[in-house]
Amino acid sequence: MNDGPRVGSTAPGDPARHEADVPPAVRLSGVSVGFGGRTVWSHGDLQVPTGGLVCIIGPNGSGKTTLLRLLLGMVPPASGSVEVLGAPARRGNPRIGYVPQRFGDSVGEAITGRDLVRLGHTGNRWGLRRDPGVEAEVDAALAAVEAEGFAGSRLADLSGGQQQRIAIAQAMVGSPDLLVLDEPLANLDLRNQRDVVDLLVTLREQRPVTMLVVVHDLNPFLPYLTGIVYLLDGHPHYGEISDVVDDELLTHLYGTSVQVVRTATGDLYTQARP
Amino acid sequence: MTGVLAEVGYQSNWVEVLSAPFMRNAFTGGILVALAGGMIGYFVVVRGGEFAAHALGHIGFPGATGAVLLGLSPTLGLGVFCVAGALVIGALGHRARDQAVATGTVLAFATGLGILFASLATRNTSTVTNVLFGNLLAVSRDQLVVFAVVAVVIAGVLAVVARPLTLASISPEVAAAKGLPVRALGICFLVLMALATTVAVQVVGTLLLFALLVTPPAAALRFSARPVVVCSLGTVFGVVSVVLGLVVSVMFNLPPSFFVVTVSTVIWVVSMLVTRERHRTAAPTTR
Ligand SMILES: Nc1ncnc2c1ncn2[C@@H]1O[C@H](COP(=O)(O)OP(=O)(O)OP(=O)(O)O)[C@@H](O)[C@H]1O
Ligand SMILES: [Mg+2]
Repeated sequence: MNDGPRVGSTAPGDPARHEADVPPAVRLSGVSVGFGGRTVWSHGDLQVPTGGLVCIIGPNGSGKTTLLRLLLGMVPPASGSVEVLGAPARRGNPRIGYVPQRFGDSVGEAITGRDLVRLGHTGNRWGLRRDPGVEAEVDAALAAVEAEGFAGSRLADLSGGQQQRIAIAQAMVGSPDLLVLDEPLANLDLRNQRDVVDLLVTLREQRPVTMLVVVHDLNPFLPYLTGIVYLLDGHPHYGEISDVVDDELLTHLYGTSVQVVRTATGDLYTQARP
Repeated sequence: MTGVLAEVGYQSNWVEVLSAPFMRNAFTGGILVALAGGMIGYFVVVRGGEFAAHALGHIGFPGATGAVLLGLSPTLGLGVFCVAGALVIGALGHRARDQAVATGTVLAFATGLGILFASLATRNTSTVTNVLFGNLLAVSRDQLVVFAVVAVVIAGVLAVVARPLTLASISPEVAAAKGLPVRALGICFLVLMALATTVAVQVVGTLLLFALLVTPPAAALRFSARPVVVCSLGTVFGVVSVVLGLVVSVMFNLPPSFFVVTVSTVIWVVSMLVTRERHRTAAPTTR
């Protein structure tokens, strides 16, 4: 208990040390975003340090997916500027890997896991020219997510956990510096949720990569998080882990009473108060 | 009555008929069309091309009969209307598919217009039957040139867009994030589909188009989810349908369209039955 919470202790590197030379993974300055005159959120002023594992939380429809699509350059900001890894957000940035929301369901039965991972690498190349190095990279990405055993099957034939592994391999195959995942734990049972979290943590140990993960339940990620982006009352905020995991804030955020519990071993978790 | 049945019965001279010059055109034309359709087959089944095949076939009908009315080539009218229709469907995007009543009404109107044009053009009354049901036995040298050009254009465009089009078809969200022009790729596919429709109509007609553009790749998808395999196997199914359909039609002196569609349907039913077990037991679960 005395040695404090273990939160954030497994994150590699100390972001503060590089502050001078490494640009933040995400920098929003005066950003608002909306569709057809309706604002989804506004006053986006935040910086997410490079190298962290950061969850994005907020109620349904608060604009979490919209935030990711803003970073990917798929949605233009209504105002303000969006910088990713030190450069303005743009579509087709090879330094970002993306796992969309409900990816497995949307892909269907017409592709195998392996072909999908290969498309994650070469899907934006025109023409027929084949790069001989690609297969080795696909193999490596499949091995990293332990998907070699089922990569030849159609995505629709795989379990939710297997689909999520393929989805992550598809996003990681180009060795991105930033990985954004939209609700990767949705529809997974507890065991698969833990497996996917373990997988992401392991990937971060192998290669320095900043991860932004949209979630509805922080608990599976809490021991590893470095910070949280929370969409509260129509504005996004970033907070270091210790500042955000707080009864009052989470209760406000979810609109239902939430309690932060610290166990004797220093683990943190949140629970709905009865 | 007996006269009709005698004509329909088994033709003992069918081997001779098969070697006639017009049969060579029929085989060449049918195979070229199966090839054109097969190359885009994977994308047709993945992108919901069933809808486009249905819609473009109907839209092309007044184009063909209207061209005859104006004294132009029906192939030209068909091509122009199909490509224009593809551009409109592409511009509407998903809305065209969702607005079932509006789309159905427009397609019915197009068919009515086609019948009107045909009845006004007294010179060539067989055009309606040819466009609705196809007439493989009347394929001319000029038509063969068009078929070959269409096949080459489809192959050429696919050589450039194959990978981006596959990703945009499988996951538009990831494709868009990677900077691909997802909308333009969709329109590009629809134009290729319109070209394939233009030639396929001349083989099996607008009403039976499905059997040559959708059924073979749908059957192939039962065996494999790999794009190249689906396109190759779908092409083989299409070619077998055309060749076998033609031979049998000559043997019994009945319209080839019927037998082409029959063979295609049989292949599909057999594919469903053969792969039933595998699809039920799904994939290995290692974790
Ligand atoms: N392309 C779009 N056009 C119009 N409105 C949109 C579009 N995309 C999102 N919206 C709207 O913006 C708001 C935020 O959507 P978004 O998908 O970002 O929410 P979210 O926080 O990801 O929700 P969820 O938890 O349900 O995934 C919603 O009201 C949604 O209807
Ligand atoms: Mg969302």
